Amino acid sequence: MEANQPHTPPAAAEGLVSVSGLTRQFPVGRSLFRRATSFIHAVDDVSFQLNAGDSLGLVGESGCGKTTVGKLLVKLLEPTSGRITYRLPGLDGAAGQENAPLEASAIIGRQLRTFRRQVQMIFQDPYESMNPRRTIYDTIAEPLAVQGMGTVLDRVDMVSEILMLVGLTPPATFLFRHPHELSGGQRQRVAIARALVVEPAFVVADEPTSMLDVSSRTGIMNLMQQLAHGLGIAYLYVTHDLAVARYMCHRIAVMYLGKIVELAETEELLRNPLHPYTRALLSAVPVPNPEYRREPPSIVGDLTAPIDPPERCRFFDRCPLATHYCRDNPHPAFEEKAPGHWVACYEV
Amino acid sequence: MITPPNFPPPGSASDPPVVEVGHSRLRLLIARTRLALHSFRAGWSIFMESRIGVLSLVIIGVFAIMAVAHPILMLTIWDAETYDPVTGYAFDQVDQPSAPSWRHPLGTDPLGRDVLSQLLWSTRSEFVLGITAALVTVAIATTVGAVSAYYGGLVDVFFMRLADLIIALPGISLLIVLSALFKLNLFYLALVIGILGGFGGTAIILKSQALSIKVKPYIEAARVAGGGHFHIIFVHIIPNLLPLSLLYMMFTVTSAIFAEAVLSFLGLLDLRMSWGIMIHTANTGGYLMGGTRYWWLVVPAGASITLLCSAFYLGGRALDEVVNPRLRRRHD
Ligand SMILES: Nc1ncnc2c1ncn2[C@@H]1O[C@H](COP(=O)(O)OP(=O)(O)OP(=O)(O)O)[C@@H](O)[C@H]1O
Ligand code: SF4
Ligand SMILES: [Mg+2]
Repeated sequence: MEANQPHTPPAAAEGLVSVSGLTRQFPVGRSLFRRATSFIHAVDDVSFQLNAGDSLGLVGESGCGKTTVGKLLVKLLEPTSGRITYRLPGLDGAAGQENAPLEASAIIGRQLRTFRRQVQMIFQDPYESMNPRRTIYDTIAEPLAVQGMGTVLDRVDMVSEILMLVGLTPPATFLFRHPHELSGGQRQRVAIARALVVEPAFVVADEPTSMLDVSSRTGIMNLMQQLAHGLGIAYLYVTHDLAVARYMCHRIAVMYLGKIVELAETEELLRNPLHPYTRALLSAVPVPNPEYRREPPSIVGDLTAPIDPPERCRFFDRCPLATHYCRDNPHPAFEEKAPGHWVACYEV
Repeated sequence: MITPPNFPPPGSASDPPVVEVGHSRLRLLIARTRLALHSFRAGWSIFMESRIGVLSLVIIGVFAIMAVAHPILMLTIWDAETYDPVTGYAFDQVDQPSAPSWRHPLGTDPLGRDVLSQLLWSTRSEFVLGITAALVTVAIATTVGAVSAYYGGLVDVFFMRLADLIIALPGISLLIVLSALFKLNLFYLALVIGILGGFGGTAIILKSQALSIKVKPYIEAARVAGGGHFHIIFVHIIPNLLPLSLLYMMFTVTSAIFAEAVLSFLGLLDLRMSWGIMIHTANTGGYLMGGTRYWWLVVPAGASITLLCSAFYLGGRALDEVVNPRLRRRHD
């Protein structure tokens, strides 16, 4: 995908994380004796940047590839093509100069250990993302222990401290309990504690509130935001809810079937949505101003899985503005239509 | 919808409150011991609720007492000349084998040796054999299963084809060939049974369980935390496999004791005495043909084999309920 990459990634060149042309495909129906002939284009030619202390919301329907982007960023998955570069404290680029960008594919061995300290992920499901046989202490101390940070006693202190930060007090009553003895909200606090205990520079939060009841959601979101701002952590916040992204993030990227279709500052995106898909999403979000009426653009058709999708615009089948031009041309390029406002659509 | 409530300004959370933690390695140790005891007690109470679990424990307990009783009896009321299970001779009896009597509660065998003494002496070696074989099986099968599931690919193909091969080989006949070629004593027999079981069917069962553990999100979480292959296999996969391993340990004990009985009956093992050898001795003397007349030569050993094998098997089934919550009876 390097070849057809007419656009430079949005945002400044000093990115903590820069993604360009990122693509990940999953083979369909492969077996031991049969090579896959079709692929799910889970993430297709995605580009964006994130600066230190920045926050980006990744919004889209279920199955559009949000989690896959997150896993690619934390190196749980390898990209099919495209590149991710990091500028992380303690991780030097190939030339060895300080703070030169480092390619994700070049991070191996000892550098991978440093990387694991700087980049963390909070998982979607607080029930399945903790080993049921390990205590809260074991779970939170795991990144410290595997990276050899501190002695056992230091770790007890560090874990107790972070437990207090995430509001699980007094820590002594939580340290040696098992995950199943905690509520969903408490577990998600543990998950946050575990991600932050190593003081990372960048965190991917994969819908950390989607499995929680409404009453504990706000608490977790506030906590995430406070801690991230307080500790100067940049984060990618994955969610299917624009309102949550608006509340949590400086900028929002809207994703549709593996493509980012629009990216802008939060308020700009909400005030002036350009892509028909973003507009459709927004019509589902309550508008704070009761005087204002937004005409709901209709989305026609269903969400299809992106298995070997046709070359044309991904949104074509459901787009209310689709034209013959859209049908006959490849997926529109991701272009800066206004300062800092990137859109992939022929009709805007 | 989401209404941003007032939350403290950013940055206020960054000054950690002073934490008062009474810390000592001892505290950590005590907490862990308490936890281990707690989960053991929880499992124990489920086990004890099942009738077959209790029954199997009682039977195993009785055999354990028998195993301990032999050396004590030899030291106190049994003189070695008469009661040694291999070299003893009951001079007090005119005919050999002699029927049960006050001095020989289970009679004597065709060579004039006390049957009860033989039975008790053999109990210990059956335990040693069964438990050694089970430990070897489970150590191998758990590691092979976890490694095979975790790495997949060629490693997996190799171990699974090996397992298929071992399953395809007829177990007892293979043991017969091996014991004919090599002089198998108790330890080697345990080792062979353990290796065959460990690389065989048990490995496949534990691997399929490991596969379902491998895809759990907490494995990915461990990778993000920086855990290497070794860490993930030994800290996350194997501990979650252990309950099932324990179950298969019980079943292996059963098959080891059974295999020993068959091989000894055929006279293929290099053992001093065992339940199988007791039946073998009766058989070679032609006493198996005599109907129930010489029952004491066969029934004690035969019943012991059956009882101890069943006890471990039933214990395994009861453990299955502890390990496998889906099998648990509902209590409401
Ligand atoms: N390991 C995998 N193997 C095969 N297909 C996968 C894999 N992971 C994801 N996919 C597919 O890739 C697409 C994107 O999945 P992804 O989990 O990234 O979606 P998502 O946006 O996170 O959805 P949700 O909101 O439901 O979590 C889906 O069609 C999914 O089926
Ligand atoms: S390019 Fe055409 S089909 Fe695609 S979103 Fe824009 S108007 Fe719709
Ligand atoms: Mg997801």
